Amino acid sequence: MPFGVIGKVRKVFPGGEPRSAASEPVVALDDASFQFEEGELVALLGPSGCGKTTLLRIVGGLIQKTSGSVRIGGREIVRPTGDYGFVFQAPSLMPWRSVLDNVLFTMEILRRNDRAAHERARDLLHLVGLSEFLTARPHQLSGGMQQRVALCRALIHQPKLLLMDEPFGALDELTRLEMNDLLLRIRQETGASVLFVTHSVPEAVYLSDKVIVFSKRPARVVKEIAVMFAYPRQQRLRFTPAFNEAERIASEALGVLAPATDEISAR
Amino acid sequence: MSGIAERIGYPLLGLLLLLAVWALACWLVSIPTVVLPSPDKVLQAMVTRSDLLLGESLITLKETLFGFVLALAVGLPLAVAVANSRPLNLMFYPLLIALQSVPKVALAPIVLVWFGTGMESKLAIVWLVAFFPIIVDTVAGLRSTPRELLELADSLKATRTQIFLKVQFPAALPFVITGAKVAITLAVIGAVIGEFIGSSEGLGFLLLSATSQLNTPLAFGALFALAALGILVYLLVELAERLMAPWLPPAPERH
Repeated sequence: MPFGVIGKVRKVFPGGEPRSAASEPVVALDDASFQFEEGELVALLGPSGCGKTTLLRIVGGLIQKTSGSVRIGGREIVRPTGDYGFVFQAPSLMPWRSVLDNVLFTMEILRRNDRAAHERARDLLHLVGLSEFLTARPHQLSGGMQQRVALCRALIHQPKLLLMDEPFGALDELTRLEMNDLLLRIRQETGASVLFVTHSVPEAVYLSDKVIVFSKRPARVVKEIAVMFAYPRQQRLRFTPAFNEAERIASEALGVLAPATDEISAR
Repeated sequence: MSGIAERIGYPLLGLLLLLAVWALACWLVSIPTVVLPSPDKVLQAMVTRSDLLLGESLITLKETLFGFVLALAVGLPLAVAVANSRPLNLMFYPLLIALQSVPKVALAPIVLVWFGTGMESKLAIVWLVAFFPIIVDTVAGLRSTPRELLELADSLKATRTQIFLKVQFPAALPFVITGAKVAITLAVIGAVIGEFIGSSEGLGFLLLSATSQLNTPLAFGALFALAALGILVYLLVELAERLMAPWLPPAPERH
């Protein structure tokens, strides 16, 4: 049995809620199904606002699904388990805590803030190249550095599953490429499974073992693409024909690229 | 001049310039002392009556600070209750915002009827004016915790106490301090109004009695003491801010 089984997950937001502008019920997810193995990095690729984020929050147990099933490690997820890591699009660090204390926040909540936790926090921050900034405040760091702190915060409790919601979407292109390599390096060292929401085709292909392509809202899984390139990957990979081919398949599934030439000639 | 010298020197120069204009006006136009005493006469009154001014200042300071602390003591817990309970929020938050725009000093005569002319009525008036900015800003702060931080805490199965102490409250602190700054300024006004309406002590009372005796230099002396007091209590709140939250990014302006 695979590590993660997402089966026919459907989510309908009732209309007329105080926080949503819509008065009609909104179907955010319609029949999302896929599976992944332990240690896999799975990219959830789809247009902005299509419901991938909703799916991520359901997998994390933060919101309830309307129907369907989410099983991680053989357990049905209905509420947070406490052993996942979350990284959001914004770094969402706490301005009142130092870099080190931001990372340790996770361990404080789990009541495991001991000497070992401190050591692990320092190791992780060293791994992402922030050893010099342990006592710095978040506002003193650049956006990319802040997101690296957020990554350490999500990893310090050695989560079984890392849920990342467009984590590098707000970064500039160069920083984003750097962060992609950093994520792959960290994944190799920690062995965590990763669900990675993105709307960037190259990012999805470069990072993942598997790309799950979603349609526009209501999100359905329209294609599953196995990405066969061996790890560790290098940026040079982006400029190979095989990589372009994978990008083409994903783009077609997204609908940004017309699927075949005969459709155009038929007009 | 540069740096600190510039930041202190120029305002000082501006102040001296104003005093010079004032003195010159009194000397050239020969305004009667009862209407506008020249700066040297005010200074003279302040020096000769320094004991009196200091004593009355201490009374007004006490009313201001105690009333402010009372407003904090009641406002903060109530804000926590209103921010965390949906029914309480729906019932009282709109009311609080509506009441905030009511001129509370208009209640001063009634408060005087309830509490008499002693310290109690002053505390009540100060409390009344300081309470609303504190509770309204604190509630706003507690309710605007970044969603991601709450989700992060949730994902780690944080308890409600943990969420409050480690996320919600520190995130609200800039708002609390903004509210406290407004409150302390209003608190001084509240204390003086209270003394105007019915009191036998304090700077407000001194101001009234000096004017009624046509001792305008002393009235001006009381006015300067009041200004100094206002600045002092504001600086106290700012000091508290520096101590509690040296990391504070500038809080959003709300008033």
